[in-house]
This record gives sequence, C-alpha cells and structure tokens, in this order.
Amino acid sequence: MSGDLAFYGFAALTVLSAFYVVFSRNIVHAGFSLLFTLFGVAGLYAMLAADFLAATQVIVYIGGVLVLILFTVMMTRIPRRGAGGRGLDRFVPAGVFALLLFALLYKVITGTPWAEKAPVSADPTTARLGASFLTDFVFPFEFVSLILLAAMIGAAILIRDRRPAADDGAGGAAAPTGEEERS
Amino acid sequence: MEQVTALFARIAGAGTLSPQLLLWLGALTMALIMALVMAACAIVFTWAERKVAGFIQSRYGPMRVGRWHGIAQPIADMLKILQKEDIIPADADRKFFILAPFVLFIGSLMAWAAIPFAPGFVAADLDMGLLYIFAASSLVTIGILMSGWASNNKWSLYGAARGAAQIVSYEIPLALAVVPVVLYAGSLNMTDIVVAQQGGIWKWFALRNPFLFVSFLIYFLASIAEVNRTPFDLPETESELVAGYHTEYSGMRFAFFFLAEYANLFLVSCIATAVFLGGWGHPVPGLNFAPALVFLAKAVLLVLAQIWIRWTLPRLRVDQLMHVCWKVMIPLALVCLAGSGVWMLAFVRFA
Repeated sequence: MSGDLAFYGFAALTVLSAFYVVFSRNIVHAGFSLLFTLFGVAGLYAMLAADFLAATQVIVYIGGVLVLILFTVMMTRIPRRGAGGRGLDRFVPAGVFALLLFALLYKVITGTPWAEKAPVSADPTTARLGASFLTDFVFPFEFVSLILLAAMIGAAILIRDRRPAADDGAGGAAAPTGEEERS
Repeated sequence: MEQVTALFARIAGAGTLSPQLLLWLGALTMALIMALVMAACAIVFTWAERKVAGFIQSRYGPMRVGRWHGIAQPIADMLKILQKEDIIPADADRKFFILAPFVLFIGSLMAWAAIPFAPGFVAADLDMGLLYIFAASSLVTIGILMSGWASNNKWSLYGAARGAAQIVSYEIPLALAVVPVVLYAGSLNMTDIVVAQQGGIWKWFALRNPFLFVSFLIYFLASIAEVNRTPFDLPETESELVAGYHTEYSGMRFAFFFLAEYANLFLVSCIATAVFLGGWGHPVPGLNFAPALVFLAKAVLLVLAQIWIRWTLPRLRVDQLMHVCWKVMIPLALVCLAGSGVWMLAFVRFA
C-alpha cells in the first residue's frame, strides 16, 4: 500500500510536471518544472532499489544540468505573450519527431524483458557498481573520463582571454580581469 | 526511526496498524522532529550570532528581552515576523515566487534525514547517506535561482546567479574533501563512517593523517561558501545587492529563507562532526556522556567557529572567490585525496 502510494505520487509528479515542461509558454517556467520531473524520476529510481542511480540523478541532473539550463534560460528576455508561432511549420516537424521518438520508446518498452520485481539485496549497490567499473567496464569508464578531460580542456581554451603573449600567467596570481571562469 | 515506529505500534496496540501505515507515521514523525530541530537551530543561532557579533565588536548585543542577556530576543523576533504583512511584488512571477522558499527549505530538510546524532538515532540509515546528503542539498541551488528569478528584481537575479555559481563551484572541493574519508571508512553510510572513528581522538578522520587534516580544513572552508556566509557571502552582499536573492521576500516567506540558512549552517557542521570529528565519540576515556549531547556539542562548536569567522573577516571579490575555489581548493583537495590513498597503502593494515 505505502509502496503503491509513493509510486503513484512520484509517477504523477513526473508526468504532470513533464506536461508542464512541454506545454508551458514560458521557457523559464518550463525549466523550473523540469526540477519536479527529474526529482520524480529520482524517486522512482529509489523505489526500484537503485539508490545510487537516484542520488546521482539528483546530483548530476538537478545540481548540474538543470542549473546550467536555468542559467542560460534566465538570461533570455521573456516576452509578455509567448513568442514564436503555433503554425503548421512548427507543428509538423515537431509532431513527426515526437511520433518517431514514441515509436522508438514503444519498441524498447515492449521489447525488453522487464524484471517483475525489484531485486532486493543486502549489500550496498555502490560496492557492486564500483567493482564492475574497475573490472568489467574499466575501458568504457576510462574512455569516458578521457572524453570529459578533453571537454574540460576545450572549455578552458574557449574562455581564455585572447591577450598578447606577454602575459606569462605567473603562478596563478589573481588577475583582476573579472573574467574568471564561472562554474 | 525503528524506535519511533515501535512506539507507535505500542501506543495503538500490537497488530492494529498495518506495517506500511506505521512506516508512514514514523517517517512523518521523524520529518516533524527534524523540522523542529531546524526551527530550534534558527532560534538558538540567531541569538548566538548577535551575541558573538556584539562581543567581537566590543558591545553587548541584545540585552533587553528576557531576563538574561536578551535570551528571549529570537522569540520576540519570531513573533514579530509572524505578524508581518505578506508582500508579493506585482510584477513577480507569483507561482514560483511562492514556491521558491519551500524548495529551498525542503532541500535542507531532506538532508537532515541521514545525519546520525547518536547510535541508532538517525531518521534514515541509508547505505549511501553521504551521497544522499549532497544530492538533497543540490535542491537548495534551484531554490535560490527560483527565488531570484521569480522576484523580477535585478538585485535578486544577480544574487541568485552568484549564489548558484558559488554553490555549484564549491560543491566540488566539498565533495572531494570527503572522498578520502569514504576511502578510509569503506562506506558511504553515515553511521558506518562514525563507527569507524570510535576509540579515542586519534581515530577521528581529521587526525588520521596530515592529508585528512587538510581535507577537513578544505571541507570547513568550502562549507562556509556553501551556506553563503562571510567571507563568501557574495550572493547577499548588503553593500551591492540590498539582500541578494531574498530582497523581495517579507514576513513568513522571508522566515523560510532565514530558517533554511541557519539550518544549513548547522547541517554542514553536523556533517563535519560525523565525517571528520568522530561523531558521538568523545576524547575522554572512561567517561560516559550521552552520545547525542557530544555530537551536538561538537557541531555547535563548529557553528560558533563559523560565526567567529563571519564577524572577523572581510568579504572576497567575485573573481577571488572563484580563484580560491578552482585554483587553490580543488587542486589541494585532489592532492589530499591522492596523498591519503598513498598513506593508506603505506601505513594502514587492511583487515
């Protein structure tokens, strides 16, 4: 009973806020309601005994991705009336892609042999996850780290001042340029 | 939590309530207790903050309300704030303006669930308590952004943008500083981490090796930035931004921000106590204190240290803030992580 109640609570939260994300005419509202969608999904993960996935979902998607989305979206000007048309030129491509995505999801959902019951295990999921990261999946793990490192270096190069070579960057002294990296 | 559900079961008589109902009742009770703890934090620490500020500035601080040293001042303030008019700016985004304080408050309330105050006294003894606490506190960032944007005020928006940038940045050294402890304890469970530190002061993780001590300092400094206090209080710099992201809030809505701020102050101190300072373990052998009291005493001492720092140091500039985080704390935290690992390999015998 309690499990069902919590499940329907989280499911309703996820679905309703996702509808709001899609149908809101205000892009910042859409961004903020994404908070509840992501949170609801994390709740569903937690109910499936995937506690690590739930915590990571919140840290990465709410604490990181959503903050970045909000940062960019908040800097846009919000028109009093929703901008952009609702004409056929937008409706048709959006509809086609939505249908394609739905078809893909439907195929995945019906094609996957789902476990009927969440496997309940006594030892923490992190132990097993960590072990498989460093044994079976060590190559993808390291490969992703490499990609992330490359992305970080790329970002650092992109935001660098284009100043003459005279600047020798003496030991990280705080240059009062006011253009330090933000996050 | 188990004790609470057991208590409910005893009151109602065995077998009359279904186990699920008991679980919900227990969870609600624990949430209520934690919310009361948060309120108590705000009451005690506002008074402490004003008194300490007074002492540091060679004055008395509040003296009038209550018989002794203005002890009833926070209660008077609370009664006053309850009666304030609730103002919502005409051009504010009404829905999110109202929602923002709750998101912020829920973020800090959720984190309290995994704090082990004493053996067995923890609302939710999660396998990944530490990770859960960090996850819950990332809601606070969204709450800040929401309040700043919904206020439709440029100071609020600046404050919110600064606050979010600061919290997102300082979360990294904060988390990196805690990782060596997880290495040592071999667990993310808060109770396990505390239990691993029992048996004298040299078992405390802050004192296990020199790298861990530096990690503790990094954690402490980064946590001051996480709760937006001087010298890292750029989101609410009074001299530039009026009050930052909560400029437009008044009455009870403002009180929620205030409550969350002081609760967070105590929360980061509780985490430091549990993770670095041995939790409920005390240094005097042979003596038997109540574990919860020892825990609270340590956390309160850390809060007092944060208050002391706030009234002693001036505030940093924005660029200095980011410089300290990205170019000093994160590299240092990484060095400490590697150093602790090497130390473990060299000196620690694995059972």
